[in-house]
Amino acid sequence: MNRAFLFLILGSLAVFASGTIDGEIVKQELNVSAIVMFIVFVSATLGITYWAAKRTKSAKDFYTAGGGITGFQNGMAIAGDYMSAASFLGISGLVYLKGYDGLIYSIGFLVGWPIILFLIAEPLRNLGKYTFADVASYRLRQTPIRTLAAAGSIATVILYLIAQMVGAGKLIQLLFGLDYEVAVILVGMLMILYVTFGGMLATTWVQIIKAFLLLSGATFMAISVMAHYDFSFNSLFSHAAEMRGIEVMSPGGLVSDPISAISLAIALMFGTAGLPHILMRFFTVGDAKEARKSVLYATGFIGYFYILTFIIGFGAIVMVYTNPEYLDVAKQAVSGGYPILGGKNMAAIHLSHAVGGDFFLGFISAVAFATILAVVSGLTLAGASAISHDLYASVFKKGKADGASEMKVSKMATVALGIIAIFMGIAFEQQNIAFVVGLAFAIAASANFPILMLSMYWRKLTTRGAVIGGSLGLATAVMLVILGPIVWVDILGNAEAIFPYKYPALFSVTVSFASIWFFSVTDNSDEAKAEQEMFDAQYVRAQTGIGAEGASEH
Amino acid sequence: MQKDIVEKIKANPDYQKLVKTRTGYAIKMSIAMLVVYFTFILTIAFNPSALAMPLSDGSVTTIGIPIGIVIIVFAFVLTALYTRRANTEFDDLANKIKKSVGEN
Repeated sequence: MNRAFLFLILGSLAVFASGTIDGEIVKQELNVSAIVMFIVFVSATLGITYWAAKRTKSAKDFYTAGGGITGFQNGMAIAGDYMSAASFLGISGLVYLKGYDGLIYSIGFLVGWPIILFLIAEPLRNLGKYTFADVASYRLRQTPIRTLAAAGSIATVILYLIAQMVGAGKLIQLLFGLDYEVAVILVGMLMILYVTFGGMLATTWVQIIKAFLLLSGATFMAISVMAHYDFSFNSLFSHAAEMRGIEVMSPGGLVSDPISAISLAIALMFGTAGLPHILMRFFTVGDAKEARKSVLYATGFIGYFYILTFIIGFGAIVMVYTNPEYLDVAKQAVSGGYPILGGKNMAAIHLSHAVGGDFFLGFISAVAFATILAVVSGLTLAGASAISHDLYASVFKKGKADGASEMKVSKMATVALGIIAIFMGIAFEQQNIAFVVGLAFAIAASANFPILMLSMYWRKLTTRGAVIGGSLGLATAVMLVILGPIVWVDILGNAEAIFPYKYPALFSVTVSFASIWFFSVTDNSDEAKAEQEMFDAQYVRAQTGIGAEGASEH
Repeated sequence: MQKDIVEKIKANPDYQKLVKTRTGYAIKMSIAMLVVYFTFILTIAFNPSALAMPLSDGSVTTIGIPIGIVIIVFAFVLTALYTRRANTEFDDLANKIKKSVGEN
């Protein structure tokens, strides 16, 4: 195994080197300091993977790092999962473009966390083993519930992976001067290495290191911006308003009508509580106490990070906008105004150069790349667990698979997901992918979350209700996204959307809860009665932790 | 878990107290977060100009900015309060229940 590992390291470095040494310049000149720092990051994380591989022996090690991660470490890793390149570059870019509206998004992403703590973290930790489907199927029929939960997980993971891979390819093309395909293949290969060899332990540490680097880099940027204005927010905002108008200081048109506002809020809150790669992290800690601490630290880091991105976005307004160094001259000639190179999502990257020169630009570029690597690794691990633990071990082998074969399947699933991600990344290069993350959140909120929530708290839930309701929720979410303005009008080119709202969650979550309720209360089968009777034992375990999975000893 | 242990725990006053206080606390805290957040988001939907008021006369900073930051801090403070109470009071009760049925 170690030889294979070394071979893969050398192989992936060779791919990297061939793209850089030949210097196939695409859009940007070769960024030497970025590449050096990125190689340092990759070497360090591959070292961690090597260390983690030696400690990853059982299926429990592979899925949950043996359950021995501390609350602080896990909080950092959860924050890392959440602070993806999309949220770092996307939210600072949104603040750069729209000002205050960016803050509305950040707040929506954050407020799901307290709810997860109050209602989900503890019972999830006490009832589950490796995946959230363990909890959903605790007293319900394994085959249908696991199949549905796995479908929800895999759909969420693949949609998220597409967004990350396309973002990665474009970002790396811009920052490092590598070909799009080379960048996507490189990300896919490194991710396969981390996950297959190092499992959850490596994935968690890669995420922790990246979260630390990202928070440090963003802190430096925010402080540099504030130092320019003697740490006075009012003078920063005054300057920004002078350049872009007073509108940047107040809510704009991002959330216009009440239905969209509520629907977006529901998607962000409940979607977060249904993301498989986030839920999976609660099984990596020893007990409910550490699970709660994880959420506390994660909320703190994420909240702090969003305040930083807000300052960074305003910093970009005053230091990047109209700065000739970052101006896309070709685009300006066509459309006028002050377009920046690479579009609004590059605002934070340009700002890093404005405040810290080439060296710091290299650092932030490397961190952005590292962020993508870490997030796709966590996603892939969650997807692979759904395939191996839920589908293979529980559905296909009826719970009779041994740990070794389950682990083998999850490694094969990791490689398969990695290859799918690479192909999807390449296939979607020229596509409009604005809908994919929204769709991922809508599915998580409409299929995963209602089943999980009701299985933990509602005695009367039956297999029939969960399967029919969850499937309807999932189907409604997918259908409304297709019929909505982003896909139906912007992508398919129809004149008017059949479903007028961008965010379907208000409707699809309602459909899901209502039909779970209806098909459960009308279920009078003996099986349904038995499932309801098992609720007491489940609830006692959820509340007290008696019988919960502990940490493994080593 | 065997049925008799489940019944024994359910009859335990400590268990009843744990479930009652924690559920009540968790629901209260969730409602607090939801009310604050939905007030904010519905203000944006129905009356965005309320958040566009200047913080003081002649100031560019709008009242919406400190409100946004306060909501972020509020979310964190709620998680901190809950975690502190759960990790002491609720866990002590849970441990007592565990001991009563010979766990740990």
